[in-house]
Amino acid sequence: MRNGELNSEQRRKERIDRGIKARASDIFALSSWREMLYLAAPRLIPIVGCLVLPLVLGIYWQRVLLNVAVFALLAISWDILEQSGMISLGQALFFGMGAYAAGVLNHSFGWSPYLTIPVASILGGLICTFVLLPVLRLRGIYFSMVTLIIPLMLVRIVEATKIFGGTEGLSGITPLTNRWIELYVIVGALLVALFGFRRMMGSDYGLVLKGISDNDRSVMNAGINIYWFKAQALFIASAIGAFAGAFTTHVYMFVGMPVFALDYSILPIAAAVVGGPGTMAGATLGAFILVPLSEILRGIGGLRIVFYGLFLVVFIVALPEGIFHYIQRKYHQFERWVEV
Amino acid sequence: MNPSSLLQVAGLYKNFGGVQAIRDLSFELAQGELLGLIGPNGSGKTTAVNLITGFVKPTEGEIIYNGKDISGLPPYKIIRMGIARTFQMVKPFYQLPAYKNMIIPLYSPRVKKLIGGKYGDRDAVALDLLEEVGFERDAFVAYKSASVLPQGYLKRLELAKAIALQPDLIILDELFSGLSLAEVASIVPIIERLRMEGKTIIMIEHRLKELFRIADRVIVLNYGEKIAEGNAADVMESDAVKKAYLGAEA
Repeated sequence: MRNGELNSEQRRKERIDRGIKARASDIFALSSWREMLYLAAPRLIPIVGCLVLPLVLGIYWQRVLLNVAVFALLAISWDILEQSGMISLGQALFFGMGAYAAGVLNHSFGWSPYLTIPVASILGGLICTFVLLPVLRLRGIYFSMVTLIIPLMLVRIVEATKIFGGTEGLSGITPLTNRWIELYVIVGALLVALFGFRRMMGSDYGLVLKGISDNDRSVMNAGINIYWFKAQALFIASAIGAFAGAFTTHVYMFVGMPVFALDYSILPIAAAVVGGPGTMAGATLGAFILVPLSEILRGIGGLRIVFYGLFLVVFIVALPEGIFHYIQRKYHQFERWVEV
Repeated sequence: MNPSSLLQVAGLYKNFGGVQAIRDLSFELAQGELLGLIGPNGSGKTTAVNLITGFVKPTEGEIIYNGKDISGLPPYKIIRMGIARTFQMVKPFYQLPAYKNMIIPLYSPRVKKLIGGKYGDRDAVALDLLEEVGFERDAFVAYKSASVLPQGYLKRLELAKAIALQPDLIILDELFSGLSLAEVASIVPIIERLRMEGKTIIMIEHRLKELFRIADRVIVLNYGEKIAEGNAADVMESDAVKKAYLGAEA
């Protein structure tokens, strides 16, 4: 409606709303470089960091970075499910589905990795969604148990029926063109997922998903089919996991039973919890801490897992809200120091 | 069958294990009527509402809404047909501001198209709806986090969430409970306005005095059975009702 068509009462309402809305939705009048930097820095640091890191790291740490990004994607996938009220213990299911889908498409049909990765992400996502569709009605621990069990079952099925190479797995998968493409594909995917899904969860659509985890009866009472929305969240999360799996298959040029291993389920949860669940950024930060840490601890040998576990416990006890929430809080406190 | 009736409930039964929560409940509701549903605690009022809105499936009987049998349909389908309800226990999203609580009903397929989906569109509609139920715009009440709002505002928020769905039938489950007299007095005009707009309303209430002032007709439930029906004064004179409310000796 144009301003001329508003009567004075409507104009008064508009004026009141505008001011408050600007403050409520973080719209600022940008008046100085300092303010712009204050707003842009939290976004620029991860973007620039992720794009520059591959250039400055050695080959060994570049490999670690690949792993970091893969686990960060799995942690983001876990976080989306967690915010939608589904606590998953089976990120390995998504990862493994994507890995096997890409492996089979490449091994049996000779598709190029640039085709198998996107197709396997969608296909893996669809298969996982259909597999978990019957248990969407389960809440809390019951949903978690089912997601934990399915990948373990799939390992035994592959072993017993010897499909897709059985215990040997499928090797000789086509790699991506070179390691730079590998690095930037996964880092780019991580950035897109991080910012894209943060935005999605902040939108009205995301609010409905969060509403389901908070109070599903209230969402049902709005005439919204919560199972349809849960299925969508599940598809999004499993497609992210499947992408990570498909990518890893092409990097290691191999897919086998280890893709359903418990590591792929547990480590992303640890990353999300240490980093701070509910933000995606926390999950990513957690992966950037935990994966390199486990590499550094490799030097210690046998006691590695003990130190790793100790570190996790210390973090969870000292910062139960998660590192990201802590940093975010401190960062917002600076705002008050800015001169007006 | 009365052609002007919006809702017909016939021979409704609901058993929870061995307990008969609703026994042979039948009633009709005309378009634009305000029906009061009263009865002692545990008499099955909320169960009756849960049955109508699909949150609980009936053991037996049928519920006809607008000429269609809706018994056994899932809640989201029933609500899309134009029935909205509030809950007795308000459970808003406490960490969100009040107007963000309105986003979920405004996302409902029933009203989504009317509102448009651009960023912030729903916020504006939410603010207008909240103002209608008494969230003072000038005092920025709608922007306050739901966790700091007093009970009276939470009940109004619950009412606004139901109105947002643009329903034909609104079921209010103990809207007045826990409110002061002044708060009740400020909500009554909102309900009267809804009636003037032609909405059909069912109110479950323990605050009989306030209810009787606005209700056209009252149904009294006891142990899942309808023991009286009619206008407020007649119903309260009936022996069965006196017995149910005051005990056998009365």
